[in-house]
Amino acid sequence: MLPLVYVVVTSVSYGGREAADFLFRDRIGELLWNTTRLLLGGVALSVVLGVGAAWLVERTDLRARGWWHGLMCAPLAVPAFVNGYGWVSTTYAVQSFAGAVLIVSLSYYPLVYLPTVAALRRLDPGLEEVSASLGHSAGATFARVVLPAISPAVLGGALLVGLHLLAEYGALQLLNYPTLTTAILQQYGTSFTGSAATLLALVLVTFCLLLLGVELLARGRRRHSKVGAGAARRPSRVRLGRRAPLAYGGLGVLVLLALGVPLLSLARWLVRGTSTTFDAGQLVTAATTTVGLSVVAGLVACLAALPVAWLSVRHRSAVTTLVERSTYTASAMPGIVVGLALVTISIRVVPGLYQTLPVLVAGYVILFLPRAVVSVRSSLELAPPSLEDVARSLGCTGSEAARRVTLPLIAPGLAAAVALVSLAVSTELTATLLLAPIGVSTLSVEFWSDASSVAYGSAAPYALALILLSVPATWLLGRVSTSGGDGS
Amino acid sequence: MTRPSLLSRSPLTLPLALALAAALVTAGCGGDDGPSIVVYNAQHEQLLDELAADFTEETGIEVQLRNGKDLEMSAQLVAEGSASPADVFLTENSPAMAQVERAGLFETLSPELTADIPEQYRPTSAAWTGFVARSTVLVYNTDQVDEADLPDSIMELADPEWAGRISFSPTGADFQAIVAAVLALEGEEATRAWLAGIKANGTVYDGNNVVLQSVDAGESEVGIIYHYYWYRDQQESGEVSDNSELYFFGNQDPGAFVSVSGAGILASSDNKPDAETFIAYLTSEAGQQVLADSYALEYPLNPAVELAPPVQPFGELQPPPVGVSDLDGETVVDLMTEAGFL
Repeated sequence: MLPLVYVVVTSVSYGGREAADFLFRDRIGELLWNTTRLLLGGVALSVVLGVGAAWLVERTDLRARGWWHGLMCAPLAVPAFVNGYGWVSTTYAVQSFAGAVLIVSLSYYPLVYLPTVAALRRLDPGLEEVSASLGHSAGATFARVVLPAISPAVLGGALLVGLHLLAEYGALQLLNYPTLTTAILQQYGTSFTGSAATLLALVLVTFCLLLLGVELLARGRRRHSKVGAGAARRPSRVRLGRRAPLAYGGLGVLVLLALGVPLLSLARWLVRGTSTTFDAGQLVTAATTTVGLSVVAGLVACLAALPVAWLSVRHRSAVTTLVERSTYTASAMPGIVVGLALVTISIRVVPGLYQTLPVLVAGYVILFLPRAVVSVRSSLELAPPSLEDVARSLGCTGSEAARRVTLPLIAPGLAAAVALVSLAVSTELTATLLLAPIGVSTLSVEFWSDASSVAYGSAAPYALALILLSVPATWLLGRVSTSGGDGS
Repeated sequence: MTRPSLLSRSPLTLPLALALAAALVTAGCGGDDGPSIVVYNAQHEQLLDELAADFTEETGIEVQLRNGKDLEMSAQLVAEGSASPADVFLTENSPAMAQVERAGLFETLSPELTADIPEQYRPTSAAWTGFVARSTVLVYNTDQVDEADLPDSIMELADPEWAGRISFSPTGADFQAIVAAVLALEGEEATRAWLAGIKANGTVYDGNNVVLQSVDAGESEVGIIYHYYWYRDQQESGEVSDNSELYFFGNQDPGAFVSVSGAGILASSDNKPDAETFIAYLTSEAGQQVLADSYALEYPLNPAVELAPPVQPFGELQPPPVGVSDLDGETVVDLMTEAGFL
């Protein structure tokens, strides 16, 4: 909450009249319109791609499904700004609304795909068979039985995509698509007082609250957990038959667009740039730092997310929902806003810790906590509380029940939380620049430093290292999403 | 039903992470006990890496660089106030220096420290000094435009005949410095009209490098950038500059404005003697030669040092007579906000 207080206080110093003058003008209207339609378009396309791909991989007789699953997750390992650069250097046509929607969706659809696959896996095929036996067509069964059952997973994914889109900077800057976030960064880059930028950040937070409200409404009050290992049985798969080429073609095009284009352009950089004579030692140091920071921040965020998610699932009330939702507001703000807030606070309150790792990690956790909360919460929702009750009735203490029953059930969710936060941390730029201990540099810092001074050749190895390092986290996420059905 | 969980499958995760964290902490501290200074560097990182290495060799003083962008770093310095760990601040353009100066955070530099730098590249307050400079240029696509058809003045780009043909990057410190020069030379009304004109005529990109790419790709015919973006890409591979050339306005036109990169010592520095040694080195012939020989291709301000060809010689730029103290960054931000760029 600290950053939010900071934003409000700095904005207040602006004065009501001036603030109104600043906010009610054409430029802000343009930014709002851009942000809104990017949000709607990006989330919608991500959901279509994510759910569609998940259904094809999970519920049809597609061959080599393991490989397709891997390929569908893989775009997570390619940072959005690398994807953006790959596309821009291929065609300028993507510098448009449609292009921006396409590219952010290609980067972020796995966030919908992964939970959807997991949910489809766990879904009891019996429900669908009942629906079919009652005379529903396959389409009607999907719409009336499958979709409601996987809706928490899809919504959680869509919320994550929405949050990513609100905070996205690098890719949109390259795509020349101005949103509130790029405007905030530009305000800091051009003007002398942060107050105009923090005003914009407030607008962004309002946006975030709207998004959360919509998700909350759509989520409803249903409970989704069930008892028993109903999904151990494999669901029957839809035979694609003559539609198979269409399915393979669709997935193939998706892979080509999401992976092929950025990787090819990266390869072209590596070959073409003469500044590719890079410092291997520096690369290794930056890579080690990136891994260390990502993992530590991931673990801390996961630990912090546990109580928040626990409260919001098991003791759902207005207060706990408010606590859970409040963690989202900071994540909608760009890193520089959170970073400057921590600069201002930490140098006064804990000067000894200023520009040290604890403050940097705290910044990461504030920024990326919701990613952990979303995945911990969705796994908690599926862990039935009655199992704990059973454990207690058999004589377990509360903590023992949590450790022996619930923890194993939600462990994949925890691992996914660590992986998601780690991925986000490894590509973070602005908060890292402000808060990192002096001399500590990460891969994305090095990449931007080179790319913005036109040394694409020397930027390429860092982008490549970033992708390679993201592979384990992506793999983990892919594993977690399918682990549900493999069990026992 | 005990399913092997992913966490229990890798019991090493936690110890490994802790070990990494410990390694990071020690790496961050830097075990050296010799003299060292902290430089907040908004200049290009690679440039200062080379310079700092040479400086340490000459003087034995270690340099710790914190890298960022002009106005983000000045915002950070202002937020830190007197508790700042920084000894020296370096920027790409002067408005960020002016901001820190206004906050009263700079130590006045003694005259002998900056004697090598011509007077017009230093503020009258002596709160900081220029050390390198960059020239405004017009980059044009050679397939689309003939050099003879290019305008005599940057002011003409606001005329209707350039509608849909120009691009520039109004966000960030670079363009702001150019507008400040227009403001100082042409006055507020003319600047307001000019901004409205180029907004109507042009495509806006975020970053000079993006402007260069777009001109080279034929997305727009001409673009306003600084000289070194083009020269550096020529040195690198020509990937985004082979279809374009540079046009220097000269003739004391606002478009020939030379923007000064500044260096100053923070009043809160607890190591001023070493910081002064750094500034003295930065402006000395030796330091300026390192800058001139680097990949940066920015103009050294010490007259004893020249950039090697093919870069347009500093003496032929014919910049307008605008001193660094004449630039009014705040009015520029107001005008650009009014024009809808921000």
